[in-house]
Amino acid sequence: GAMGGSASLIPRDLLGEYQELTFLSKQEILLAYKRFSELLPKEERESACSVRVPKSHILTLPELRANPFQHRICHVFSTSETGDDSMSFEDFLDMLSVFSDSATSDIKSHYAFRIFDFDDDGTLDRKDLEQLVNCLTGQGEESRLSSAEMEQLIQNILEESDIDRDGTINLSEFQHVVSRSPDFASSFKIVL
Amino acid sequence: AAPVDFLQELPSCQSARRRRGGTQERRPALLGTAGGRGAVARAQQQKRAELAARPAREQPLSIAEKRTLRDSQQAETERLSRWKKWRRTSSKSLKKALSEVRGLSSYLVLWRHDMHSIEGKFGTGIQSYFSFLRFLVLLNFIVFILMFSFVTLPIIISKHGIFNSTIAYISPKNTDDNCTIYEPSGNKGLVYFYAYIKDLFSGTGFLEVTSLFYGYYTVDAVQISIMRYNLPLAYLLTTFAYLALSFLWIMKRSGEGFMQNLVHDADPFQSYCNKVFAGWDFCITDPSAAQLKQRSLQYELQMDLQEEKLKQKIAERTMKEKLRIYSLRIFINIIVIAILSGCFYSIYRVTVFSQENSNVSIRSDTRTDSTNLLVQYLPSMVITLANFIGPLIFSFLIGFEDYTPAFEIKLTLMRCVFVRLANIGVLLFSLWSQISDCGADKCKPCGYNYKLYPCWESDVGQEMYKLMMFDFLVILAVPLFVNIPRKLLVTHSSCKVIQWFGLQEFQISDNVLEIIYGQTICWIGTFFSPLLPAIATIKYFIIFYIKKVILIHTCKPAARPIRASGSNFFFLVVLLIGLILAFLPLGVSIARIPSSKACGPFRNFNTSWEVIPHTVLEFPTVLQQILFGMASEAFAVPFFMIICIIMFYFIALARAHKRVVEQLREQLVLESHDKMFLIRKITEAQR
Repeated sequence: GAMGGSASLIPRDLLGEYQELTFLSKQEILLAYKRFSELLPKEERESACSVRVPKSHILTLPELRANPFQHRICHVFSTSETGDDSMSFEDFLDMLSVFSDSATSDIKSHYAFRIFDFDDDGTLDRKDLEQLVNCLTGQGEESRLSSAEMEQLIQNILEESDIDRDGTINLSEFQHVVSRSPDFASSFKIVL
Repeated sequence: AAPVDFLQELPSCQSARRRRGGTQERRPALLGTAGGRGAVARAQQQKRAELAARPAREQPLSIAEKRTLRDSQQAETERLSRWKKWRRTSSKSLKKALSEVRGLSSYLVLWRHDMHSIEGKFGTGIQSYFSFLRFLVLLNFIVFILMFSFVTLPIIISKHGIFNSTIAYISPKNTDDNCTIYEPSGNKGLVYFYAYIKDLFSGTGFLEVTSLFYGYYTVDAVQISIMRYNLPLAYLLTTFAYLALSFLWIMKRSGEGFMQNLVHDADPFQSYCNKVFAGWDFCITDPSAAQLKQRSLQYELQMDLQEEKLKQKIAERTMKEKLRIYSLRIFINIIVIAILSGCFYSIYRVTVFSQENSNVSIRSDTRTDSTNLLVQYLPSMVITLANFIGPLIFSFLIGFEDYTPAFEIKLTLMRCVFVRLANIGVLLFSLWSQISDCGADKCKPCGYNYKLYPCWESDVGQEMYKLMMFDFLVILAVPLFVNIPRKLLVTHSSCKVIQWFGLQEFQISDNVLEIIYGQTICWIGTFFSPLLPAIATIKYFIIFYIKKVILIHTCKPAARPIRASGSNFFFLVVLLIGLILAFLPLGVSIARIPSSKACGPFRNFNTSWEVIPHTVLEFPTVLQQILFGMASEAFAVPFFMIICIIMFYFIALARAHKRVVEQLREQLVLESHDKMFLIRKITEAQR
């Protein structure tokens, strides 16, 4: 029904190109197109492929609205030149491709690193780790860990993953420790 | 000269020199000579070539950048020879076709939409329980297809004479006539309607003569046109086949988890990095579920940090304290063993009582009695009661043993698993003690108690059938009489005590042990009742929907987070234990206890296993000699020694790899010190 309608809105060669450049199957791309165009006002739905959706609209998606990393995800995948974290349809497909079932663990760990790198400096230092743990446990006052617990936790994390003992986790160390983590592939997944 | 002196001041050089006692060593990787620069350039070129070899979609770039990369890759392929071009395009089209097939087959996955909604609301931990349930449905279905097509189908074909087939009955030789008397009651005469219901629940009467039980397969061979189908051999080999299939499928599914546990010293499921970096379930879509997940993550991290402090305290215990705790633990383990023995003894007595009383009433007359059904279900009821009370007692007792919380959970779980599986073993053992009860010459001519059990395999099959039925009834009854009233009470009453009790949590480990118990019964029972896997498939199919409804409508999410991969590994390990435990009773039945002479495909053999040596004797002599040679000690002992040697080789290899990993880690630390030193020198030089 709806999928038949939107199939005519993405030209076939573009569909084939998206299939080649992402890890999504044809049905997933069409479903993504349908959900993306629902975020746009009615007049702009025809040209959904070339329009940018502001961040506030993207965050209304059920898959992202409950996610504590929603702002980081939008920031990492957005190719907007104005820095307002708005996403085009291709950015949206990129995001779904990385979070899909068939993405390689290399790609997933690369993007996970970028999402967890809150200050965008290319390494995960103590401040990044602290912000990461606060995202996991909740932002309220009573849901944060005490500073002693946070200190102990970050110490343990660095002990397990910081191989060159420089106090920060770089991309290779992160990819190494995540490759040994059995839960990563099943938890770093979004399916529409 | 100056650069070389400078390089020798590096921390790594100095430590290497200290280790070698002063001899000078040049580290080639640090030389900044022309040769080194050439090596760097070569490395860069290699990396670019590697980058181009990987397809565009595996690069961490945006779609626009991937497009330009792909175009440049295509431009490069234009320059290649025709053969390489053809190879690349054909592999690309093959990959495209495969992804189309995969996309279509994803629609065939059972319950895809249900699992997706459960995952969104409750997380991957609970979803792993449902995916385990789905795996069991598929496994049982395949086992049923196997048994049906190789064992039941030939008999059905020949009974209806399709393809010009007939059944061959060989009259038993060397057996006393008394052993072959077997008259199942079937549908004789005027029977009341509720006799059918009773028969349906206890597997006797009209069900006993159907293809559900072993007794139906009293066939020696099936003649299909010109081919002779050896049914006894097929029966035994199909039994081995379904056991092997289950074993291999479970091993394949748990492969990942095993690998991780064997190679690394630290438990990968308990590492902090696993909990922090892979801690958030990105598939959660419900904001209240996300809040609960955050709270449970906070709780888990705090518990783990506290546990670490506790471990430190444990390491600092004095001798006197250690003595006290160990003696307390020994005492509690003795209590646990006493409780278990009490359990087993009561199951034994109840089984003996049930067998004695139900046998008497079947033989005397066809008058139906509801208490008879109760007596027949007595062993199942006692086992279910023991399975329910045991875990409660264990979780109470473990509080006194003063273990770390993670270990407490594991130990309680192990004890519960043991209780559940051992109960089945005790039931079977007590059945066999009845069947092989040879006092006062009861089994003189046939080797088993032929008067009470002319067809003992059917009786064992009926016991397994009753266990499965009762298990199913309990799973249906518990939500009806416990979960739904509890939910109604909590939502409609304002009494503080009830609100404090609250809704039930979905206890994954209890539910998993329940279905593993059912599956072990199915594995053991399939030899005695070939259509049992079909009943198990339908049972698990219905259980999926029941559990889903209970989860969504009457349960609250768990306080302690459950991790998907750790749970998966645990489920499969316990399932494997159940399967291996199922090998034992089957092995004893097939190889030790004489098969019944009155019914079944093995009545012309001493034991069920004897079919195989009998068939081997009909092979050509060369093959016979080879097979007998393989079973003899002259082959087995060297084979075993070779396997041991191979195993030790792999263990030594793993240890060597571990040592190399340690050395590389140390080297990385030194490199980082070098880097820091160089940065300091550069900043000093810039000043």
